[in-house]
Amino acid sequence: MLDIRDLQVEVSGERILKGVNLTVNAGEIHAVMGPNGSGKSTLTHVIAGKPGYDVVQGEVVFEGIDLLELSPDQRAREGIFLAFQYPVELPGVRNRQLLKSALDAVRLHRGQEELSAREFDKLFKTKVKEIGMDAELMKRSVNEGFSGGEKKRSEILQLSMLDPKLALLDETDSGLDIDALKSISESINRRVSSDRSTLLVTHYQRILNYVQPDCVHVLVDGIIVESGGRELASELEASGYKSFKDKDIQE
Amino acid sequence: MTNPKVISRTSSDKELNSDYKYGFVTDIETDLAPKGVNEDIVRLISAKKNEPEFLLEWRLKAYRHWLKQAGKDPDWAKIKFPAIDYQDIHYYASPVQAPQLESLDEVDPELIEAFNKLGIPIEEQKKMSGVAVDAIFDSSSVATTYQESLEKAGVIFCSMSEAVQRYPDLVRKYLGSVVPYSDNYYATLNSAVFSDGSFVYVPPGVRCPMELMTYFRINAEESGQFERTLIIADKGSSVSYLEGCTAPMRKSHQLHAAVVELVALDDAEIKYSTLQNWYPGDKNGEGGVYNFVTKRGKALGNNSKISWTQVETGSAITWKYPSVILQGDNSVGEFYSVALVNNHQQADTGTKMIHIGRNTKSTIVAKGISAGKGSNTYRGLVQIMPSAQNATNFTQCDSLLIGDKCGAHTVPYIDVRNQTARMEHEASTSKVSDDQLFYSMQRGISEEESHYMIVNGFCRGIFQELPFEFAMEAQQLLRVNLEGAVG
Ligand SMILES: Nc1ncnc2c1ncn2[C@@H]1O[C@H](COP(=O)(O)OP(=O)(O)O)[C@@H](O)[C@H]1O
Ligand SMILES: [Mg+2]
Repeated sequence: MLDIRDLQVEVSGERILKGVNLTVNAGEIHAVMGPNGSGKSTLTHVIAGKPGYDVVQGEVVFEGIDLLELSPDQRAREGIFLAFQYPVELPGVRNRQLLKSALDAVRLHRGQEELSAREFDKLFKTKVKEIGMDAELMKRSVNEGFSGGEKKRSEILQLSMLDPKLALLDETDSGLDIDALKSISESINRRVSSDRSTLLVTHYQRILNYVQPDCVHVLVDGIIVESGGRELASELEASGYKSFKDKDIQE
Repeated sequence: MTNPKVISRTSSDKELNSDYKYGFVTDIETDLAPKGVNEDIVRLISAKKNEPEFLLEWRLKAYRHWLKQAGKDPDWAKIKFPAIDYQDIHYYASPVQAPQLESLDEVDPELIEAFNKLGIPIEEQKKMSGVAVDAIFDSSSVATTYQESLEKAGVIFCSMSEAVQRYPDLVRKYLGSVVPYSDNYYATLNSAVFSDGSFVYVPPGVRCPMELMTYFRINAEESGQFERTLIIADKGSSVSYLEGCTAPMRKSHQLHAAVVELVALDDAEIKYSTLQNWYPGDKNGEGGVYNFVTKRGKALGNNSKISWTQVETGSAITWKYPSVILQGDNSVGEFYSVALVNNHQQADTGTKMIHIGRNTKSTIVAKGISAGKGSNTYRGLVQIMPSAQNATNFTQCDSLLIGDKCGAHTVPYIDVRNQTARMEHEASTSKVSDDQLFYSMQRGISEEESHYMIVNGFCRGIFQELPFEFAMEAQQLLRVNLEGAVG
């Protein structure tokens, strides 16, 4: 589904990603772990097409399409969703309005008809309940006055509404209490199917108690230094990233 | 133009290639006074309307006052335009058969069609439900719908010309009582040559059963539009009034110098909403309406309230400051505004809140959006007179910039002469941030649509003040006028 080859990315002349290789097959959940500043968010941003990053080498291919040629909204309509580490506020823009426009755009692209206002509201209500979102909160503007945890839940609600092929979850687990973590994990697990994939970015292995990744990658200083199964996460938990950093230097 | 009386529709619809969808010209016979202004023209206008002597005298006083200041257009606003040749304008242009229509059957079908195109049906069977419309075409009122149900409630809603004939005492008592003929250059000119406008009187204790609406349309070329609107809400009454405006696309500039006066007596409430979409000129700043308008309300009675809501998206230049004189004790004044400038548009707009009575309270929320090479200025005065014990004002001015060639300016004047006043002022300037844009686009929404959604969000607090249909139309106007500003 997603193929990243030798991805090298600069921000303001500084090399952040230094040759990332990553393949996520349809139906898989991959976890990318790494210390602060290692380039995890940068990776998700580049996949989603955020402006301001120079891709100096490499390619990002999604279902045979060269993603780097597409604008962010085109990528989203192709089926890529990014749950932001730091979701922004859109003052005055209602959650319902954002989601209706987004879903209309995505469905139109998939060759489906737009949902009627009634159908949309029904779906919206169901999802709000399922995620355990406070319905009152959804009447506010997008992310306006939301707590950290509420923002994360709202991202998951959007994910669940738009039902993309590939979800990039950037530290969606951080800053959550245990109940919220469980509920979000359930949403991620509910996604699992043969045609949906998830890239879970985190720097705690806590969420991996609830979500079973098929593969774990360790990103240190812009390079994936190790990939493996779930056991890699436990190893990290025990010894920290330091051992991986040292490995990196030796290589 | 070969024949000044007949204006060809086809020539303008097709020649002028633009997004402005109200740019058509209507082919109807127009009764056009010769260009220029002088005492004879003033007398002619008055005579055409069969006006009583007092009104002619008032017009002439205004005209003579205007002459004394000739060439002294106000120059303090942050707007630039070449000197207006006041002798190169028609001061009277009216559809030939407009006066004294008994029923709509007598209205020129071309006219009805023109208003249908604007989405303002004036035929009986197509009337907008719950909204009474007075349609003003060039200088003359062509139809007032729902006349009967209004009459049943005792509400007078008619053209100014008709009011002069039928209610001369009310006109005499209130005309110029809020905006005197000597008020300012454009208001003075308007007082001399005003041709028509709307008149509303709501009797004591009556809540007007429907929204009242005036739809203004400039059609004739090189004509100015000088309407005069007067709304009186008698004791304990209330009324909501809407005003919409469009004009055809013309290469030349059109002058629109209107005056609106509102009077609210004890416990009365007037809500006045404007959607202003005059032709803004083309992308290079050619053509467009000069919208130089004086709007003022007097909250005369105790516990009275006057509220202005405006969405200003059109016009080459907007110069207007809908104001409230808070004279009665406990009276309330409100001003909610969205002003959008794009391309070469200029807006210098704001409000004046003059507190005279005790416990008076005013609220100002002004949102300016600047795109293209537009220049947007908020100019406001809050004045607390010595008599205004315990007055309060809240002012919020927010500017949103799109691109880096536009400008936003805020000029708040505050004059407090009573130390019990409580004043609160907030101001902000922001841009649609790249992060906001990316967030929205990451959800699959196009760049243009994302921009539009974010700008719309910025205006939401103001749109909420509008009646529902108007709010929808305001959003639509915003979208149309933002086109080309992004991407
Ligand atoms: N816009 C930027 N300008 C300069 N440096 C940046 C920018 N964005 C990220 N970086 C740098 O890139 C590195 C990786 O950042 P990021 O991808 O956010 O890491 P992570 O998500 O793994 O914590 C950090 O050193 C960070 O300071
Ligand atoms: Mg990060």
